[in-house]
Amino acid sequence: MGEGLEVIDLHVNVHGKKVLRGVSLNVDYGTIHAIMGPNGSGKSTLAYTIMGREGYEVEKGDIRLDGESILDLPTEERALKGLFMALQDPPQVPGVRISTLMIAALNKRAGSNDLTRIRDPKIVRRLYQLAEELGLTREILQREVNVGFSGGEKKRSELLQALVLDPKIVILDEPDSGLDVDGVKKVSEFLTDLKARGKGILLITHYARMFKYVKPDIVTVLIDGRIAVQGGPEIADLVEEKGYAYIRKAYLRSTGSTI
Amino acid sequence: MEQAVKIKEEILKGADSPELLGWLDKPPRAEIELKGRISRSLVEEISRIKKEPEWMKRLRLRSLELFYKLPMPKWIAGIEEIDLEALAHYVKPEAGEVAKDWEELPDYMRKYYEKLGLPELEARFLSGLVAVYDSETVYARMKEYLERKGVIVLPLEEAVKKYPDLVKKYFLKVFPPSDHKFAALHGALWSGGTFIYVPPGVKVREPIESFFLIGRQGEGQFEHSLIVADEGAYVHWIEGCSAPRFVGYSFHNGMVEAYAHRNATIKITTIQNWSRNVINFNNKRGIAEEGARIDWVEGSIGSKMTYVYPSTILKGAYSSTRSVVVTLSKGPYLKDSGSKVVHVAPYTRSKIINKSISADGGVNVYRGIVRILRGARNASAHVECDSLILDGKSKAHTFPHNQVDEPTAYVSHEAKTGRLSEQQLFYLTSRGLTDDEAKSLIVLGFLDEIMGELPVEYANVLHKVIQLEFSELGAVG
Repeated sequence: MGEGLEVIDLHVNVHGKKVLRGVSLNVDYGTIHAIMGPNGSGKSTLAYTIMGREGYEVEKGDIRLDGESILDLPTEERALKGLFMALQDPPQVPGVRISTLMIAALNKRAGSNDLTRIRDPKIVRRLYQLAEELGLTREILQREVNVGFSGGEKKRSELLQALVLDPKIVILDEPDSGLDVDGVKKVSEFLTDLKARGKGILLITHYARMFKYVKPDIVTVLIDGRIAVQGGPEIADLVEEKGYAYIRKAYLRSTGSTI
Repeated sequence: MEQAVKIKEEILKGADSPELLGWLDKPPRAEIELKGRISRSLVEEISRIKKEPEWMKRLRLRSLELFYKLPMPKWIAGIEEIDLEALAHYVKPEAGEVAKDWEELPDYMRKYYEKLGLPELEARFLSGLVAVYDSETVYARMKEYLERKGVIVLPLEEAVKKYPDLVKKYFLKVFPPSDHKFAALHGALWSGGTFIYVPPGVKVREPIESFFLIGRQGEGQFEHSLIVADEGAYVHWIEGCSAPRFVGYSFHNGMVEAYAHRNATIKITTIQNWSRNVINFNNKRGIAEEGARIDWVEGSIGSKMTYVYPSTILKGAYSSTRSVVVTLSKGPYLKDSGSKVVHVAPYTRSKIINKSISADGGVNVYRGIVRILRGARNASAHVECDSLILDGKSKAHTFPHNQVDEPTAYVSHEAKTGRLSEQQLFYLTSRGLTDDEAKSLIVLGFLDEIMGELPVEYANVLHKVIQLEFSELGAVG
């Protein structure tokens, strides 16, 4: 008990609007937990709330990492404890190079208060090596964060950062959106690798197409901020086959509520 | 230079500086301190103490007359805080003759300079160093090989006596005291500063630095620097400023005059890191003759309020200037800056880059001027203004002014304002950085191209100082 990430009866308001209405789930180490759901069902809200983003107000419930509540921690401390989020559409940060950001983030983890000094030339070599493994050119490290990046470059740069920072829990918000088949395969390989290395993965995705290449251990479908159905990979097949509208109806019928 | 960063850290920590500097038991005494009304007798007294020649005394008195006559400039915000009558206008530290060796300085003074890392910097990196403490130059030395080449690096007072004809030719001619009230006040009360003369064809490889220190509160510092590069000469002059933290404010009203003769190059770099209760007023102007170049790099980090407008008059054909001004206002502080260029002759070129950073309620104002006079055929000017605003409380204002009277001239202007968004901040904090650390990375990135213009030692210091400003130590309030 108390290993990995636990979300317990989470109720969240975003700018005064109720978005999550009691979500509970676990992300165990060495597993992939997929969150599916139609647009507006609260998938991204769940991710941002776990990361402690401003404006995502927890009304009720708890979020725990390895048994300890992280609700009161600011975003950076959650990150330092081992959470990482790959954003669906990460923002441009003009002036800050990927390498600068990574060195700062690594220095921070090493307890150094000089964020910009390269403490060990091996770090730079490792950055290059990881970039190449992800099919990125070395040159991307010298570019400003997400400035002028293609959709694919943005996604891969997020994955690169996850590899460099080596978190315990990796949250990915639609890492496959906007990618071609090769891109989807690449992301899937990446997830398989993370899983093999014992990371807990929370994978947010709208479509089941990734699951051809990487099988989730648990699939949770969110509808209107609630868990409509939770189960094994077969749930993803159900979504693929019948669509969200069907699941929504079935869910509403089972709870006896009306729209 | 590590020490300089350390001092900054301790000052930000709020350590009482006099204590920090070991002054608590025995605060340094001034040998002479002149206070009170700005009068003819005050000016005459300063002139007498300095044993000046008659022509200099007359120049001072003429400046004083102008000070009385000229109106208070309307464009200066917040200047009413300065009570000129309450300041010490002239403070001669107890230090004896101008030292040529650090050992000759009084202990407390030498220790402070050592804390700032100046002797080390001089040995490793500089062609010459002049240190001004309060109102007087306390240390001046340059490398011997430069002496053999006829280079002059002297406290200005000494140059006035030794090379009167040379000084007279330029002093208060590049920046006349009639320009405005504070220039006139400077002309009347100037004290301390540097005279640099580089003979024709001589290139001074390593920079020469002047370091200005305000050692007490309630003081006015009016140092004057005069840099002359004769035909084809090259010199890089660096100006460093510092003051420990005091309870009351101090007023700095310095002046820099630069004269680049035909095909000469003068580079002037300023790292201004006054403590947060110095009101910093600058008068900076250069004249470039045919084919000459004057470059300014100004990094303005400290002070309560700063007014600085590096200006160049492109007097000769094919002369050029590049002026880079970076200002940081973090906290309830003001930086009012802007480069000014007057194109007088044909084929003159100028480039102005202004970058401002506003955070924690800080305000930056850009007030640049480009004037192209009729007859400055094919002159070209380019102005770039970048403002970075890090939160909703902070402000940046841009008032560029171009006046082009020459139809063949070309002027371009670019202005950008970047605001840090919540999404960007979230993104960076989600990588494990605090808000302030994220901001310091953004600020350093914003200044990246400027850092490349600085000698590497100074870029390193600036880098660390900015990180400190955005650390917990730099927190305001």
